[in-house]
Amino acid sequence: MDSFLTSRVVTDVLSGLTNGAIYGLVALSLVLVWRATRVLNFAQGAMPMFATYLGMGLLSYDWPYWVCVGVSLVAAFAIGAVTERVLVRPLYGKPEINPIVVMVGYLIILEAFAAAIWSTTPRSLPAPFSPIDWKLAGQPVGLSPFSLFEVVTALVVMGAIVGLFRFTRIGLQLRASALAPEVSRLLGVRVGRMLTLGWMLSTAVGAVTAILVASNFFTGLTPQLMDGIFAFGFIAAAVGGLDSPVGAVASGIALGVVLQFVGDYLNSNAIILVALGILIVSLMVRPNGLLTRSAARRV
Amino acid sequence: MIAVERLTVAFGAVYALREVSLRAETGKITAVLGANGAGKTTLLRTISGLVAPQSGTVSLDERVLTRRRPEDIARLGVGHVPEGRGVIAEFTVEENLRLGAIVAKVPLEEGLAQQYEAFPVLGQRRKQHAAKLSGGERQMLAMARALIARPSVLLLDEPSLGLAPLVTAQLMATVAELCATKDLTVVLVEQNASSALRIAHHAVVLNVGSVVADAPAEVVAADERLRQYYLGMVE
Repeated sequence: MDSFLTSRVVTDVLSGLTNGAIYGLVALSLVLVWRATRVLNFAQGAMPMFATYLGMGLLSYDWPYWVCVGVSLVAAFAIGAVTERVLVRPLYGKPEINPIVVMVGYLIILEAFAAAIWSTTPRSLPAPFSPIDWKLAGQPVGLSPFSLFEVVTALVVMGAIVGLFRFTRIGLQLRASALAPEVSRLLGVRVGRMLTLGWMLSTAVGAVTAILVASNFFTGLTPQLMDGIFAFGFIAAAVGGLDSPVGAVASGIALGVVLQFVGDYLNSNAIILVALGILIVSLMVRPNGLLTRSAARRV
Repeated sequence: MIAVERLTVAFGAVYALREVSLRAETGKITAVLGANGAGKTTLLRTISGLVAPQSGTVSLDERVLTRRRPEDIARLGVGHVPEGRGVIAEFTVEENLRLGAIVAKVPLEEGLAQQYEAFPVLGQRRKQHAAKLSGGERQMLAMARALIARPSVLLLDEPSLGLAPLVTAQLMATVAELCATKDLTVVLVEQNASSALRIAHHAVVLNVGSVVADAPAEVVAADERLRQYYLGMVE
């Protein structure tokens, strides 16, 4: 049994699940914004990165860790709200390329500002739990208290989002605003506020992800923190369907596991190649996976 | 009472409504009739704030509605059942009703119970997706969803569209009953003039954006010229 738990396969699965949870969270944040406003947010990594600097930067002033996490989340809500109101709102109803160009520009600006303010030197964040793998009979099992914390956090966040959408009045209005904005307004739903809330939630989910990623000893907090992760999260969201939170999360986790095996058994340089291959094949097989815009919508 | 004063709406160079004035009295059904493109739907969309007029005003009792946002107008008690019903197909029957109850001042359970009593078929199918409902059931759901908010005004846009004559007759009977029992101000837009005139107290006939008749329903129903030229009711 011990040798099974420390076997290469099980270790890979566990590490893959940890990475996949992160990809799933990024995918979820993309889906939240896509469902609410039909914008593919290329700054989905950079906005939470900025919020993380604002919050976790307070560690330098000896603020307690969890208070800094709280400040990061509040900053994320604020950044999400301001972005939607100021930058995104004028783009509704414009050609699809417009928000893409704007959000890519926003990504570049945010990263440049972060570098100017906080420099590009990685800052190490203290991990709230030990990042050293548990051992069985002297062998690491591919799971540490911190990676378990990552997976649990991801599951809690996903559960909270699903619960919010499914069981609350606000969730009902969020879904209705995304599906049928005009009808929702006729029923008294303040659709504009719901769209802002969608961006706020998405950025907050992103901030949780960014803190988890930055707490990794090997990464640290940098302005480019989320660039690579965003690519995998984007692929997960595209494969799983941008309209489906559950699909995005599931495909994020699956992608994490698959890529872990590719890196371990094939070659770590092949990871991005395989990821892009998966994206291309899934778009060929199910082209409306990426842009499900009202294709399956009947009112 | 809904009062529309000299309302003009244009989309680019095309006038949808020209100086339209009409009154929909409290507790009465006012039918708005006319052919395709007469401006009936635009009139309702302007009342509920989805379309901004070039000039003119809409008021509810003494309150001016013009230039308010649709969600605020809904919160003032104007229920609008749009053309094609606007039922959210991805939602269950109950979710559609819960959405309608967002602005309601009565508790949700009480509102749901009332609507299920008024429309028993919705109660039976409460957990089903609205996509599974028939056309008539969807129309009932759309009406129940508007009524659960307890509006004082109900704007109905072509409720009979795509429904069988028998279902249309039932629907019209329901509208008449609601109007009588709830003291509701109903503005009923219809192409199907004969079934609308059967229940309406008052009728306004629009033609290419202008009012060509504004009279008690029985007067409009008896006017041969109107029937022939504007309502397409040829025997």
